[in-house]
Amino acid sequence: MKNEALYTYILGLADNSLILGQRLGELCGHGPSLETDIACTNISLDLIGQTRTYYQYAAKVSGKEITEDDVAFLRLEREYRNVLLVEQPNTHFGFVIARQYLFDVFHLLFLNELQHSKDETLSAIAKKGIKEVSYHKRFSGDWVKRLGDGTEESHKKMQEAVNALWRYTDELFEMSEGDQQMATEGIGVDLSKLKEAYYEEVSELLSEATLEVPERKYFSYGGKKGIHTEHMGYLLSDLQYMQRTYPNMQW
Amino acid sequence: MKKNWPLWEVFVRSKNGLEHRHFGSLHAADADMALENARDVYTRRNEGVSIWVVESKHITASNPENNGEMFEPAQDKVYRHPTFYDLPDEVKHM
Amino acid sequence: MSEKEVKNLEAIFEARIARDEKIEPKDWMPEKYRKTHIRQISQHAHSEIIGMLPEGNWITRAPSLRRKAALLAKVQDEAGHGLYLYSACETLGVSRDELYDQLHSGKAKYSSIFNYPTVTWADIGAIGWLVDGAAIINQVPLCNTSFGPYARAMVRVCKEESFHQRQGYEIMLTLCNGTEEQKAMAQDALNRWWWPSLMMLGPTDAESVHTEQSMKWKLKRKTNDELRQQFIDQTVPQADILGITVPDPDLKWNEERGSYDFGEIDWDEFWQVVKGHGPCNKERMNARVGAWERGTWVRDAAMAYAEKQEKKKVSKAS
Repeated sequence: MKNEALYTYILGLADNSLILGQRLGELCGHGPSLETDIACTNISLDLIGQTRTYYQYAAKVSGKEITEDDVAFLRLEREYRNVLLVEQPNTHFGFVIARQYLFDVFHLLFLNELQHSKDETLSAIAKKGIKEVSYHKRFSGDWVKRLGDGTEESHKKMQEAVNALWRYTDELFEMSEGDQQMATEGIGVDLSKLKEAYYEEVSELLSEATLEVPERKYFSYGGKKGIHTEHMGYLLSDLQYMQRTYPNMQW
Repeated sequence: MKKNWPLWEVFVRSKNGLEHRHFGSLHAADADMALENARDVYTRRNEGVSIWVVESKHITASNPENNGEMFEPAQDKVYRHPTFYDLPDEVKHM
Repeated sequence: MSEKEVKNLEAIFEARIARDEKIEPKDWMPEKYRKTHIRQISQHAHSEIIGMLPEGNWITRAPSLRRKAALLAKVQDEAGHGLYLYSACETLGVSRDELYDQLHSGKAKYSSIFNYPTVTWADIGAIGWLVDGAAIINQVPLCNTSFGPYARAMVRVCKEESFHQRQGYEIMLTLCNGTEEQKAMAQDALNRWWWPSLMMLGPTDAESVHTEQSMKWKLKRKTNDELRQQFIDQTVPQADILGITVPDPDLKWNEERGSYDFGEIDWDEFWQVVKGHGPCNKERMNARVGAWERGTWVRDAAMAYAEKQEKKKVSKAS
């Protein structure tokens, strides 16, 4: 493939949106209120929409005769490049909100940089995404505050979720070789530059939500190299079920 | 603790130049949530450019039992309408 | 109020409806009108909410990204429709929580069709095509019903629902133009969803208890049997276009009537499902009650937070 580096880079971005969108999709009809169901579905739809534009672009870049669905559904688990954070399960609503917020803050910082990409398509996708993700962050941030500073029970549950997911935050800023190359070429984003702003912003909101900012030295990595948590296989068996059971068909 | 999210009324301006119109209601714990819910529930097909929310209990409504005294006295004030006044056809622009 | 006064008010009320005037929540209304509306509107709302479950079942397994997005949007719409309808019901002085209690305790009914399982992807197509098709036939006349909030909710619902049936039919069409396996999947779905869809339009006129009163209040414009005939007449040619067969050996065009004759509906099955013994009644109820109970701490937290913020505002101001 001529543009292997760019192709892989796009997949990394798209996979984050796909897997998080898939997780939110599981929730549809099972949330704490009708209103929150509708809101979470809206976020899921934004993410699936982003995924599609990324994959369509990736399919084009690949120079092969493939479609967005080939890219989305027909890879091995080891070939998905999403960070571990987004594949974590909907343990309870506190986890849904914590996962969302911890990703949204990163996602927005990231897109704000990506809009200056030399690659016009990526820049355009980023510009559209910024508006969507700004809203996601507002929604999830408000809910972190409500649950953190709500009742004693909700405070405990929210803290539990933040503590459990914290170890997946550092991977957001991990620079793979491909990331490095893309950043040098002015196409991709230098993630290390976002880290300080990220933790500052997250810490501030957590404090406002009366939550403790976890202190942690050890983090989990691997998603960007395709080594996922055990949850991922089950997620993919749902996601890929139709395409695997009935190969080579139109839907 | 059993306290339910209160009811809010939602008003949406579909585009600039038009007034906010009552779109419906929803439940939310606070005003911010009511605005966010209104956005997701009532404008997901691009129906609006501005939203107002107000907690339903803050709306004071007239009582239909008083409709006679409230609204009927206005029915015979025909002199408030331009058609009440007879002018010859030759008079233009009036 | 004396009995005579009430009779008089009722006469005025019925005359208003007969003149096609709308009734608004604060208007005087007979108690029976209020109760009937609470029952029908809430049943309708419950059906939307329970209806999210069989389709939601396939969101994570949708076969393409385009289908996944469309299905998500559709199930989300159903949540929205439930919300509009609960709101309309609330104008009659009953809270959403009371209505949920009725649903969760098994006191309230919802459309029985959602007690059937979605076992293949084609079921998502069949639901959109047949179930939404039958629902639209039921719902379009309600846009003109006498109770203002219900009529307004239905206008919005019908406008949004128009894409639902089309997306279902498109799924069926794609399957029927696909491989033998896909076509068999479509036929199998039609076999399983056809009869329940016919039952969805309600018991036969002879057994329907509410029809006469509902007609007067414009909660109904046509009888169940008329609606069923309309549904069959419009759906059979659509099956022909798909090239799949309606599972009714007695189905035959009747030149004289200008309609299809059709076979006997298994009403025993219908009543069995209505009474709670369908294939998924328990699962649907468990899913609803479970979601509601798991959400209690979340809803409570939001209220507690709102109250704290309110207090902060007040103490700042003073």
